[in-house]
Amino acid sequence: MLRVAVVRFPGSNCDFDTLHSAQRAGTEAYFVWHRDTDLRGADFVLLPGGFSYGDYLRSGAIARFSPIMSAVQRHAEAGGPVLGICNGFQILCEAGMLPGALMRNARLTFASRPVSIRVEQTDTAFTNQYQEGAILRMPVASGDGRFVADSETLRRLETERRIVVRYVRPDGSAANGENPNGSVHDIAGICNTRGNIVGLMPHPDRASDPALGPAHGAGFFTSMLTWDHVAKGAR
Amino acid sequence: MSYRVHVRVVPRAGLLDPQGQAVEHALSALGFQEAGSVRIGKAIELEVRARSREEAEQAARRMCEKLLANPVTEDYSLEVEA
Repeated sequence: MLRVAVVRFPGSNCDFDTLHSAQRAGTEAYFVWHRDTDLRGADFVLLPGGFSYGDYLRSGAIARFSPIMSAVQRHAEAGGPVLGICNGFQILCEAGMLPGALMRNARLTFASRPVSIRVEQTDTAFTNQYQEGAILRMPVASGDGRFVADSETLRRLETERRIVVRYVRPDGSAANGENPNGSVHDIAGICNTRGNIVGLMPHPDRASDPALGPAHGAGFFTSMLTWDHVAKGAR
Repeated sequence: MSYRVHVRVVPRAGLLDPQGQAVEHALSALGFQEAGSVRIGKAIELEVRARSREEAEQAARRMCEKLLANPVTEDYSLEVEA
């Protein structure tokens, strides 16, 4: 069975949703604490949403120095897949494992509502179960969700097709900037060049069990079962 | 020796600063039409143990680059008290 480590930081609050989603997909998922130094043989690592360290200084800025993050970095450098959801995405950017940064929402409000996103890159450890162009509906819940990057980084993200999911209107048409937080190019999630590290602001963990509504996010977790990460490590 | 260091961190020019905009609108609503280009950042104060002022400044600069400021979105400046 696939071993999936869900990292808990002080202030994580989507840890159980993420664990449940991974278990529901048929993996052996378990928690690791931020002070642990060992991922206990994890094939996949998930960084859940929340407010690690109270978002002190900047969202994700302190969590990146947690002891467990050295193990997460080694795992990723060896080609091991890592998914950061919401605060997990912020941590990955702060740690330099993904480019760019997440800033205060353009309208200053905490955005907590369902959004529509389009899957644009399916060759990743967490989106290979979706069709390219699929429109998914799932919640965002963040105050610092506005993705920014310099123009060279944005150009690379676009040309290398590393924008994994993008905010769209509910009918699937382009949002043209009318997204929940003011993210540049309507970016909701990105990946690294190898496709093994993925981060996104919307919450697939809150849309993965049909008991709670449409399970559009379940594919992020079932994709782990069909990702040959040893072969993909050389991508 | 211990040196008192004042660090100022502000959102990089050109990046949208919605907090600055909101405060600018509030100032304008209060009648301060003369206020503009408001940017909101952080002030961080710390004591740095070092053998000289230069050494304290270099250490503080490394702290800014590693943690206190985000190199993607923020600029910093610092001042070391004599």
